[in-house]
Amino acid sequence: MAESENIVVETAEKIFTDLADAQTINSDKTGGWRAPLWQALSEAGLPLSWVDEDLGGSGASLVDGFGVLGAAGRFAIAVPLAETMLAGWLLAQARIASPAGEMTLAPTSPKDRITLNADGTLTGRARGVPFAKAAKHIAVLAHGADGVSIALVDAAKLRIEPGLNLANDNSDVVTFDKVQPITAKPAPKGFDQNALMLMGGVVRSLQIAGSLESMLDISVRYSNERVAFEKKISKFQAVQHNLARLAGESAAALAAATSAADTIATNPSFTEDAVFLEAVAAKIRCAEAAEKGGAIAHQVHGAIGFTIEHILHRYSLRALSWRDDFGSESYWAVELGKRIAARGADELWPLVASR
Amino acid sequence: MTAALRFDPIRLPPKCEELRKEVRAFLAEEIAAGTFNPFKPNREDTDVPAFSRKVGERGWIGMTWPKKYGGHERSFLERYVVTEEMRVANAPTRRFFVADRQSGPILLKYAPEHVKMDILPRICRGELCFAIGMSEPNSGSDLFAAKTKATKTDGGWLINGTKIWTSSAQIADYMIALFRTSPPTKENRRHGLTQFLVKMKQPGIKVNPIGQITGQFEFNEVVFTDHFIPDDYVLGEIDGAWKQATSELAYERSGPERFLETYYVLTELVRAVGEKPDTRSAEGIGRLVAQLHTMRRMSVSVAGMLQAGKEPVVEAAIVKDIGTVWEQQLPHRVRDLAAFVEEDVGNRETLEKQLSFAIKTAPKLTIQGGTTEVLRGIIARGLGLR
Repeated sequence: MAESENIVVETAEKIFTDLADAQTINSDKTGGWRAPLWQALSEAGLPLSWVDEDLGGSGASLVDGFGVLGAAGRFAIAVPLAETMLAGWLLAQARIASPAGEMTLAPTSPKDRITLNADGTLTGRARGVPFAKAAKHIAVLAHGADGVSIALVDAAKLRIEPGLNLANDNSDVVTFDKVQPITAKPAPKGFDQNALMLMGGVVRSLQIAGSLESMLDISVRYSNERVAFEKKISKFQAVQHNLARLAGESAAALAAATSAADTIATNPSFTEDAVFLEAVAAKIRCAEAAEKGGAIAHQVHGAIGFTIEHILHRYSLRALSWRDDFGSESYWAVELGKRIAARGADELWPLVASR
Repeated sequence: MTAALRFDPIRLPPKCEELRKEVRAFLAEEIAAGTFNPFKPNREDTDVPAFSRKVGERGWIGMTWPKKYGGHERSFLERYVVTEEMRVANAPTRRFFVADRQSGPILLKYAPEHVKMDILPRICRGELCFAIGMSEPNSGSDLFAAKTKATKTDGGWLINGTKIWTSSAQIADYMIALFRTSPPTKENRRHGLTQFLVKMKQPGIKVNPIGQITGQFEFNEVVFTDHFIPDDYVLGEIDGAWKQATSELAYERSGPERFLETYYVLTELVRAVGEKPDTRSAEGIGRLVAQLHTMRRMSVSVAGMLQAGKEPVVEAAIVKDIGTVWEQQLPHRVRDLAAFVEEDVGNRETLEKQLSFAIKTAPKLTIQGGTTEVLRGIIARGLGLR
């Protein structure tokens, strides 16, 4: 796994190593690992990394937070760390202070829409909201007569129908039925649901890239241990070439995700075509890599990787699930294609070359 | 623990963007003057000597080399920009491209001073074309099986044997080739090959063109019969060429030419679908652009690491593997999408001609400059599997 060169990321990696070991979690049938992990993350100020100190957070940079999320992907972290970070970031856009505890955000799909009514209540439904069941608060982006608003809502006031994603993490349907938020403030000019989807997509891209790094790592290790036909399977050229392709998919995901994260960290203006390209290309390419790379990791492991006992599914199924959040790759491919076509053929290369 | 792959988000510095504008303006002038047609794929048998000299005058050949050899001491990232802009414009770069990318750097490292002073400035002026003499009839990917023999004689060497698949040999002024000076040893089968500079168009060299499935006669068989090479044309250690080949390969493998060879069909598809594509075309174009952007970011990242003095050997091999597979599939994906384009779009004929050429070109892309199989072997070695 990548060695970080950043103190915030090192702190996160230390906590993950101590309290989120994949094998330990995989054998723990009680879920007892969750509370100590969340507590350690909270004490280190990581869930509110992207919230300034005066709003209740730890005020880390976007770069630091993105680094933490890459590490979270490498450890297939299954507590609402990414979601709380994003919720805090969303609230901070409207200068709303973040409460302590687990949060998530809504909507997490470009097609869902929450309405801010004239009486100040919220109406609408958000599907596939990660960890809504575990969240104490939900940060909401809502559309009202005066434009886009950001609101903080007490999760206890919401109807939450629990669901599970491929990796058995909560992915729930949240219904806002004339719910009074704790606070609601206008979003800054230019900030809209698209911006939230792009940011969320980059976060998921980093997590997918991280999970692929680990899938490569454990697949290489396994191939160097497993003996078949009287030699290590890593000595078979067919296996070597599969692993080389997995390395390529992992590399592509890492390059796309870190490039997009770097773009947002240096220029968080989500309306620019260049930022749009970086963010959606990362989501598209990382999702493709999750499919292709994950399939190879499983192929190398054979039947053992298909068992509940083996840790591979912790990475492979999460990576596949993360594809769906904040707009799938096919959704964004259509949006990107439309934008490229609208710009015209001779503007395609200048856009690509501008990055 | 597997060694981590690095693809840091390196950006081209601002001075590269100024250079990019200059290159685009130059190419626009040349297109306007009719030097080349940007809609026509850069066929490898397109040879435009005057264009090479103009590029040389601009200072865009040997950009990174020392000034005393005619170079310009600019960065690899600046060279990167020139390369990608020329590729995308379908500019006829073939006369100088090989010399600029790999032959020049080899001479810089291994040629005697007077040879460098003689040849490098002429490369920089766009006057010289180089070929690469690696493959032989029974030695392709397995370079170290080469048999073409160099026998010591008075003041030099006599060459006998055959090189094959040698691009540009029919127009090349020089070749850098691998010849056998000793048999391999039991301990090291790579021992015994030496790198030589060969002056083409000389007695004892016969170039026979070989037709390709694209209809071009671009690569050749080169037969050596008692061809004399002087001692000062030996490049590096005798019998020790195997030690010399590796580090430059990262440049050769990771450049923009490794994913842009069929790019023109994507531009033309976007033109054909118009401003309001249907969902299918939009999705197809979106995915292709996302993949293209990702590869370019990987390629720029490797260029940045090379510029910083690192040796991203595995990363470079990954760029070529993914890049060449992509540029090979691209014309087929564009063909899929083009099936839904309106019958009467203005550029239909251009797109169809381009597709026909690109589809015929595609099979070679994962063979030339190191096959996909060889690259995956290199990646596997980097992963600790071999």
